[in-house]
Amino acid sequence: MIEQGYNFAYLDEATKRMIRRAILKAVAIPGHQIPFGAREMPLPYGWGTGGIQVTASILGPADVLKVIDQGADDTTNAISIRRFFTRVAGVATTESTAEATIVQTRHRIPERALREDQVIVYQVPQPEPLFKLEPRRAETERLHALADYGLMHVRLYEDIARLGHIAKAYDYPVMVNGRYLMSPSPIPAFDNPKMHRMAALQLFGAGREKRIYAIPPYTDVRSLDFEDHPFRPIRAPHACALCGSTESYLDEVVTDDAGGRMFVCSDTDYCGERQASAAQEAAE
Amino acid sequence: MTAPLLTAEGLNLRFGSIPALVDVSIDISAGEVVAIVGESGSGKTTLLRVLSGMMAPDAGTVRWLGDDLHAMGEAARRRLMRTDWGFVHQNPRDGLRLNVSAGGNVGERLMAVGARHYGDIRAQAIEWLKRVEVDAARIDDLPRTFSGGMQQRLQIARTLVTRPRLVFMDEPTGGLDVSVQARLLDLIRGLSRELGLAVLIVTHDIAAARLLADRMLVMRRGEVVEQGLTDRVLDDPQHPYTQLLVSSVLAA
Amino acid sequence: MSPALRTEGLGKAFTLHLQGGVRIPVVGGVDLAVHPGECVALWGPSGAGKSTLMRCLYGNYGAGAGRILLRHRDAEFDLAAATPQQVIAARRETLGYVSQFLRVIPRVATRDIVAEPLIARGMSREDAATRATALLHRLNLPERLHALPPATFSGGEQQRVNLARGFAPHYPVLLLDEPTASLDTANRAVVIGLIREAKAQGSAIIGIFHDSEVREAVADRLYDVHPHQDAA
Repeated sequence: MIEQGYNFAYLDEATKRMIRRAILKAVAIPGHQIPFGAREMPLPYGWGTGGIQVTASILGPADVLKVIDQGADDTTNAISIRRFFTRVAGVATTESTAEATIVQTRHRIPERALREDQVIVYQVPQPEPLFKLEPRRAETERLHALADYGLMHVRLYEDIARLGHIAKAYDYPVMVNGRYLMSPSPIPAFDNPKMHRMAALQLFGAGREKRIYAIPPYTDVRSLDFEDHPFRPIRAPHACALCGSTESYLDEVVTDDAGGRMFVCSDTDYCGERQASAAQEAAE
Repeated sequence: MTAPLLTAEGLNLRFGSIPALVDVSIDISAGEVVAIVGESGSGKTTLLRVLSGMMAPDAGTVRWLGDDLHAMGEAARRRLMRTDWGFVHQNPRDGLRLNVSAGGNVGERLMAVGARHYGDIRAQAIEWLKRVEVDAARIDDLPRTFSGGMQQRLQIARTLVTRPRLVFMDEPTGGLDVSVQARLLDLIRGLSRELGLAVLIVTHDIAAARLLADRMLVMRRGEVVEQGLTDRVLDDPQHPYTQLLVSSVLAA
Repeated sequence: MSPALRTEGLGKAFTLHLQGGVRIPVVGGVDLAVHPGECVALWGPSGAGKSTLMRCLYGNYGAGAGRILLRHRDAEFDLAAATPQQVIAARRETLGYVSQFLRVIPRVATRDIVAEPLIARGMSREDAATRATALLHRLNLPERLHALPPATFSGGEQQRVNLARGFAPHYPVLLLDEPTASLDTANRAVVIGLIREAKAQGSAIIGIFHDSEVREAVADRLYDVHPHQDAA
């Protein structure tokens, strides 16, 4: 049930319409950042205000919402965002990637491939991939307009020159549809290949920076690299201690004060499903 | 004779009541070094900015290979700026990225025009560092650890690596020691000859202009008062202002 | 055979704006012709305008009146009316000039200064350096000086660098302004040899030679330059 005194999904209808217009524009120009009038939300910047506004604008009563933070459904941020939408929109929530129609995420893309009837909403702290190289907003906009991206490659060049390899492990810049340089949000570079030709619509919301951008289904998304230093997704060279996966992205968990540690899937739903099916197979 | 690369006709520009450019016409062809001389405030830097498309004139046209520069749009001008053109600033700090290594500085223009092979980019950077006489072992050092003369040479390497056809230079030897200036002048002239590069250089150093430039334009209060063969302008000046300018210089 | 260089009614005057616009006529009505293989010596008292005329022929001074017809790339063209680019091309390929002063970029090695006009005419760096070295040797400039910039050289040494630079490319027309002024007897003889060889190779030479011994040794005829009262 929706809590008394709130419009459906918290935002008023005019605001949602404004945000949907920005989303449509973003979908029409894949990877291009669209300014929008971000509202004050009942949580601080950095907690997903951009993602929440995008989710609120596309949410319908029949949707099933999944929220993950660092791949997990059970962290504080994920739980409070799910609770927020339960209270202000009365929608069903889930921890299952397969059951969700909308996945709002911070820091990860689920391991299970998303489908055409799903939408993934990324929370974005800094939408501008050139931000650290060129602090002037007007200048970065010009660089995007002219597709003048030599600067980003300079950054990667510097990594190789200093460290022998490209050191960027997360928020690894991508070219969308061969035209716009885009920040994929702080997901691990490991997840970048999942964005390429993804069946689901990908939406990105940056609340503090007031920008929305999008990747329509089946769009080319390429990680920047050099011919002789190709992009390589990195993952810890271990199997998950819980489900045994050698393909998923792993978190390192410290287990005691004596230096004990283990590697487990960061995607809790994926890991749980694998453990359940393994248990079932063992039982049969 | 081959057609000029850059042609400007009837340039006029005012800053309020101050005339910055008055009916200026100029052209430059491949392999030529053309110097624009004059005192501070004579309009020579303004002319350079208008010719390089950084500033629009009130009236007049600038053409690059026949195309109107100020009608072609910013995207096309910027493309020129990273392909056919180069700009060497008086202060190397304006033309270099000080937080990027020497190799990255030289490689940037290559990457901007699509180079995507790290090994090739690095090899070209090394080749150009050698060419401008910067020790190739310093390729991964930051430019802020370089001397002023080295920074200026690095800026020139960074500008020339994409083989531009025309380079604009704004007082490139301005802040340097006299002995370093000489090396740099020789380098610029050698590269111009060797690569068929056209160089448009703004300077108030008439002695440097004599050694470097094939042709010279003398500016005063926004007007080109005299132009022609460098040694003729300096040895047989016609305009009263040029005669004054030349007679004020020690052993130009 | 047509002349390599000829002038028709060439005149030059200076207007000194800093001295109230006073106009000083220097030379006028100069009709001069020099053929390939010939050496003409400009003749006249000091102040007659010989050096001024020479500088006009090189395009260093603008001609005030008349024409300067130079054979360049198998055609005759008027240097007095030429664009700067045309003058530069003529100087690169056809017209050489040895002045009394050496004016070069500081800190450039002597050998490179001599080789530069050769490289500009398309010679390889190696060949140009070889030829430069040979000429410097011939002019008795010791090898240890070849790699040094000439700024600290004596007047005679600088003059020899200038001569090497002027004679290296075999210009079809060569202008010599007192080429032996600060040279000793031995080096004067070398210069006489160079001029004779250039003539034998078909160069047309116009020179100012105060040294009568050199003049008599190389000049085929004299051209009288008068101080002009009402020049153009």
